[in-house]
Amino acid sequence: MNSKIILVNIFRWFLLLFIQIILLRNLSFYSLATPFVYVLFLLLLPFKIPNLLLYLIAFVTGLTLDAFYDTMGVHIAACVTLTFVRISFIAVTVNKDNFDEPEPTLGNMGFKWFSIYAALCISAHHLVLFFLETFRLTEFSYTLLRCLFSTLFTLFLIILIEFVFYNRKAR
Amino acid sequence: MRNLWIFINRYNAFFFFIIFFIIGLYLTVSNNSYQRSVAVNSTNEVVGNAYTNLNVLKKYMNLGDVNDSLASENAKLKTEVLALKKIDSAKNVVVKDSLNNSQYTYLAARVIKNSITLRNNIITINRGKADGLASGMAVISPGKGVVGYIRDVSDHLATISSLLHKDTKVSVTLKKNNALGTLVWGTKNADFRKAYIKDVPNHFKIALKDTVVTSGFSSFPPGIPVGRVSNTGIATGDNFLTIEIELFNDFSTLQYVYVIKDKLAEEQKSLESKLPNEQ
Repeated sequence: MNSKIILVNIFRWFLLLFIQIILLRNLSFYSLATPFVYVLFLLLLPFKIPNLLLYLIAFVTGLTLDAFYDTMGVHIAACVTLTFVRISFIAVTVNKDNFDEPEPTLGNMGFKWFSIYAALCISAHHLVLFFLETFRLTEFSYTLLRCLFSTLFTLFLIILIEFVFYNRKAR
Repeated sequence: MRNLWIFINRYNAFFFFIIFFIIGLYLTVSNNSYQRSVAVNSTNEVVGNAYTNLNVLKKYMNLGDVNDSLASENAKLKTEVLALKKIDSAKNVVVKDSLNNSQYTYLAARVIKNSITLRNNIITINRGKADGLASGMAVISPGKGVVGYIRDVSDHLATISSLLHKDTKVSVTLKKNNALGTLVWGTKNADFRKAYIKDVPNHFKIALKDTVVTSGFSSFPPGIPVGRVSNTGIATGDNFLTIEIELFNDFSTLQYVYVIKDKLAEEQKSLESKLPNEQ
């Protein structure tokens, strides 16, 4: 791992968390769809990071979000779940031996792979997030509805962002 | 032993997940309980300062609206003062308060962080322990209804569980027929302009546009306007009515709030703690 990738990721962390906390914290459609675009940072972490480091990064990211959202622990649990889904999905679909892509971006992996990857990770993250936040089952159907719409909204924004910075490598 | 180690190492992602998820879950649950020990939230120095600085821009943009609301409140207070003076001159006043001074004192505070998009919304204000705030005090907005309860206090900042929070419940009553109910938010609809009154006995006739005020049984003083009935026909399946109301308070433009200090709160608490537990 060279220093350029580390710098890019640190920059991405600050940028996405800044956007999330300043802008997207105040945004929602009919109180149903609330975007959590900061998960893009966790999605785009390089392939070669060891698992423990991945979990620690997810933990710190979740802790930072929790501090700003006043929801101690909820974002931590959601980010850690996302990391578990990410590791499992990559283990199943990507052969690490003859593989030289550094990061799972849309440009590197193709639209189909990236959209399934993002959809699975985001829905796991949002399920944990919304149900831990509500913390009761009497509002089950309404929470599930909010979770579904928020997942679609986040997924849409993330794929949009990926297309804006789309750079397919010349092969 | 060696095989166990190989097994754990092979599925390390899963075991790390279990460990970190349990940490997150533990923090969530311990934060939900009454005694919160973890202080990583917006009363924290760093986070609080960040929000204070970021709020400066928003504050200037809403200055016109804030001015208007303050002016109208001033006008209202002036008329009230005049009315009170008239009563005084008749020299035949019945003062409801048992103390010479009033039971409630108000303290103005500026909102430095607010949210309306979550299930559990928290507001942060720029007053804290140094100004005499304590957890559990009631907070209202200038002339337009309830805001919530103080949650945590640090030296110069405090967080409020906004009415838009699952743990916030306010005892309210309908102005016309004194029907008593509990104000909650978000159980059916997370619209920040709507809230629900639960547990109203179902022999009351509730009309649309009836005004809802606080009952005085929570930490709020009685008679603070909360909202207006907007829907009465909500089927719940129990023996009580659930009423949808339209809140007077617009949480999306909240700029200043009043924290209410209740002088008799301690006395009431210690008196009521002597009762046998009836739950």
